[in-house]
Amino acid sequence: MTITKAATHVTQNEALVFERSQTGRRGYRLPALDVEETALDELLPAELRREDDLEGVPELSEPDVVRHFTRISTWNYNIDLGLYPLGSCTMKYNSRLNERVARIPGFAALHPLAPEEDAQGALEVMYELQRHLAEITGLPGVSLQPAAGAHGELTGVMMIRAALDARDGTSSDEAQRRKVMLIPDSAHGTNPASAHLSGFTVKTIRSTPEGLTDLDNLRELCASGDVAGLMLTNPNTCGIFERNIKEICAVVHEAGGLVYMDGANMNALVGVARPGDMGVDVIHLNLHKTFSTPHGGGGPGSGPCCCTAELEPFLPVPRVTSGGETGDTRFALEYDRPQSVGRVKAFYGNFGMHLRALAYILTHGNEGLREATEAAVLNARFIAAGLADTFDSPFDSPPMHECLFTDKRQSRKGVHTLDIAKRLIDYGFHPMTIYFPLIVSGAMLIEPTESVGRAELQQFVDAMKEIAREAVEDADTVLNAPHTTRIGRLDEAAAARKPVLRWRPAERAAGA
Amino acid sequence: MRYIPNSPEERQEMLRGLGLGSAEELFDSIPPDVVLKRALDTPAALSESELLERFEAMAAKNAAARRPNFLGAGAYTHYAPTIIDSLIQRSEFFTAYTPYQPEISQGTLQAIFEFQTLVCQMTGMDVANASMYDGSTAMAEAVLMAERVTRRQRVLVSPAVHPEYMRVSETYVAHAGIELGRLGFDEESGRTALDPAALDKTVAAVVVQSPNFFGCVEDVKSFADAVHAAGALLVVVVTEAASFGLLRSPGACGADIVVAEGQSFGVPVSFGGPYVGLFATREKYARQIPGRLAGIAYDKEGRRGFVLTLATREQHIRREKATSNICTNEGLIALAATIYMTTMGRRGLQEVAAQCAQKAAYARRQLAALEGFSLPYSAPVFNEFVVRAPSDAAGLLRKLATEHDVTGGLALSRYFPERPNDILVCVTETNKRADIDALVAGLRQT
Amino acid sequence: MANVPEGLYYSKDHEWLRVEGETGTVGITDHAQHSLGDVVYVELPKAGESFEAHATFGSVESVKAVSELFLPVAGEVTEVNETLGDEPEKVNNDPYGEGWMLKLKLAKRGEVDSLLSAAEYEDFIKADGE
Repeated sequence: MTITKAATHVTQNEALVFERSQTGRRGYRLPALDVEETALDELLPAELRREDDLEGVPELSEPDVVRHFTRISTWNYNIDLGLYPLGSCTMKYNSRLNERVARIPGFAALHPLAPEEDAQGALEVMYELQRHLAEITGLPGVSLQPAAGAHGELTGVMMIRAALDARDGTSSDEAQRRKVMLIPDSAHGTNPASAHLSGFTVKTIRSTPEGLTDLDNLRELCASGDVAGLMLTNPNTCGIFERNIKEICAVVHEAGGLVYMDGANMNALVGVARPGDMGVDVIHLNLHKTFSTPHGGGGPGSGPCCCTAELEPFLPVPRVTSGGETGDTRFALEYDRPQSVGRVKAFYGNFGMHLRALAYILTHGNEGLREATEAAVLNARFIAAGLADTFDSPFDSPPMHECLFTDKRQSRKGVHTLDIAKRLIDYGFHPMTIYFPLIVSGAMLIEPTESVGRAELQQFVDAMKEIAREAVEDADTVLNAPHTTRIGRLDEAAAARKPVLRWRPAERAAGA
Repeated sequence: MRYIPNSPEERQEMLRGLGLGSAEELFDSIPPDVVLKRALDTPAALSESELLERFEAMAAKNAAARRPNFLGAGAYTHYAPTIIDSLIQRSEFFTAYTPYQPEISQGTLQAIFEFQTLVCQMTGMDVANASMYDGSTAMAEAVLMAERVTRRQRVLVSPAVHPEYMRVSETYVAHAGIELGRLGFDEESGRTALDPAALDKTVAAVVVQSPNFFGCVEDVKSFADAVHAAGALLVVVVTEAASFGLLRSPGACGADIVVAEGQSFGVPVSFGGPYVGLFATREKYARQIPGRLAGIAYDKEGRRGFVLTLATREQHIRREKATSNICTNEGLIALAATIYMTTMGRRGLQEVAAQCAQKAAYARRQLAALEGFSLPYSAPVFNEFVVRAPSDAAGLLRKLATEHDVTGGLALSRYFPERPNDILVCVTETNKRADIDALVAGLRQT
Repeated sequence: MANVPEGLYYSKDHEWLRVEGETGTVGITDHAQHSLGDVVYVELPKAGESFEAHATFGSVESVKAVSELFLPVAGEVTEVNETLGDEPEKVNNDPYGEGWMLKLKLAKRGEVDSLLSAAEYEDFIKADGE
């Protein structure tokens, strides 16, 4: 295949760093070595040393590096540019102040193995964040160790396993039987994957035509007596609050199981309702969603686990505890928790994210946290109302912080959700979440968050309506979208058939 | 709240437009008995300047952050060129999401592809993923992957692997039907001892760290043949990525899976995170790799671009049968590492590694010459080593911190109570000769 | 409309079976390849493995979906289509020809009677689509 350049425009044609490399260029200078040099062979015998001279690793000057990454950065859409309405992802404003806080040298340069008495400030940050998250969720036990949502989820489900084993005994018949984790058919894919890793067998619960968990189906499944627990998202992945949540939790508890809640959608609840008051036993939060720590193009995240007092002994170690009001070791790391699931990560979690989340909570204040929730739900309602006449909505219930539509009307003209999403790009918006939840055919899940003003919401509604009109009058324009990007739709099938996952010197020849 | 664009008045208008009387009505679908009927008991809002003061005050209590330090053991203080932080703070990178829409995410995708390539070059492997949470979880994922590849359930781990990494693997495999066994340890050399007789047909993998937790460089190559002869995989763990600039790559030593902590590549120690896990393997295992992968794709005009590919391995498609439950990678931290490796480049990575090794050798000589101090292990080291003090290490280090303002290393009793006098000392290119001399002088006086 | 050739046996899991003496050849139907979309990877067993009827013998992946493959009848695998490793697109382009997946020695000849004929399969996918 011959490879065509994207355009003649230089910044649109930025090559790979490896293709840019020129022998002899330098982008660094180290201080001169200030100790007596030891002969290399004395340091390390030759057979333990590298022999490839790092061949292929780029050689670039500092301006080369800055231009390279600046150029490719311009090919990204981002929150600071505009609305990023990915349902279930909560793409809210990432405060610059929080970035500054995370870079304070007293935190950034603090080694995780520094003695506790010399790291009291960091432990205080973690302790205070734990306290606030406990209040926000109504669940008193908190661990900040998990590094992401799926990681917090794994931790929560492992805690359920540990709690049941502690209650029932690992060798009794009961423990043999309680292996079933119930998961709604609308759940995130991480839920079944985490349950499986924790040794559970997954059984799926149906959703009702209203888009809620089917209570009858839940009762049926619980009647079998082998239920360890339930994993559910609330508001669920259709953006609807599970109004029977108390009953759902009661049914699972009566059956001897525990309830895990996926906190992906907490942006609809902060300051308004608390999972702990609903009967939930353990939840994970996504600091990178609800508490605005930046998504960073796919991470780092942070997925703290919050649980009831009964489950607290099972949280990962070490725990950050407070021994009193003053003193050098007021805050401490506690390891002696024999019932703990163990460690899920080295050190104490993504501390840089803990700093940003605490800054978010303190900047908002308790009233601001509720205000953000109200604004987020209001914005979603505004979009829901604006699009109600144009797109098919699978459920009648009023949405919380995200609203769900489908391509049912447009697909009759051959225009599908993917095409609508790609066409939105031409209007300057990032597409919504598409084809999720899986139970809704052609799903479009839209979450505007509180970080967007009325005028821009209206522009989004107008763009969606315009695309619906195009779908009828000029379907080809939609089907071939996007038209305004550097590259068009990529052939993902060919990419998966013959995966090229790294650059090799031969690529240079092909690209020249 | 200044982060919310719509003013209270605008919000009232929007509510009226929806036929709602108040913001409370937005939550009518929540049953009254679970609605919180009071304000949250969290602090009232702080202004920007008040907030900074609060955090500065807490940061000031972290005395260790201001001292010269000789701590390593999984987190390393290296110099990060200024452009790294400046570039990763571009909105286009730090406020973007996972690149699910490739047409408007090519910056992130190309950077991931470059990251994957650089990780392959460092480790000497064929394929690398878009990153894991950190080195410890990457090791746990490697153990799970070895089971998938070999369909065997026993994994033998070197006792000189970072103890926290070991704990994490224990948690991950607790319900996976995998048994973690221990290899031996040679107290004279400080290296892992592998008894070939322990390698039978039930062993899925052997896991060794090099340089190991005690700083000793393992003879990885000597393990490879025996491990492969048993049909098992050799997993190599690296916690100090700067060592790639000097040490023979795990790939060249016969590793099948290489996992590493990438924090050394331009990422602040930041009290333990966020860091970035590197994960690389051989071509033939590409479909068993956990996590995200970026690959080359072309559009209809033949223009080169990048997409997330081989997604069918992942949780959102395969659900409970996925290769891992991992969803995120450590995107922005992987980008920082990519910029670091690119800026330092072929020569800089080698120079940093050489300086680390040279300065560590200097410090090691000086400490060994101290009255009553000794070096318990004979194996070659990179930039970390154990020094055995004449008395309780934790007490010595405490005195060193308070009286000489130096964090002198890690008292190994933190992980190994049976090693009360051992100190793990780490030296990087950021430790000046004067700091090393101060450490030595301080220990002489305490 | 999906292509459903005469003379083959079909399963409700959308696999086809061609019988020649004691040997059966198995693949997925045109209807199946169409609903999967572009096939990017086919995972097949090794020659010599034996399977019961309806057992999972492999999987077929498109860009964003993975489907398990079920054997219509019991038997021992005698040959697999190795060329699908490099050219999985054959499953899309020629599902009944070059896109075949494996050949097997039939364990119970009588089992084929439980499978659908071309006409029955056509009715089945019609009903399925409604």
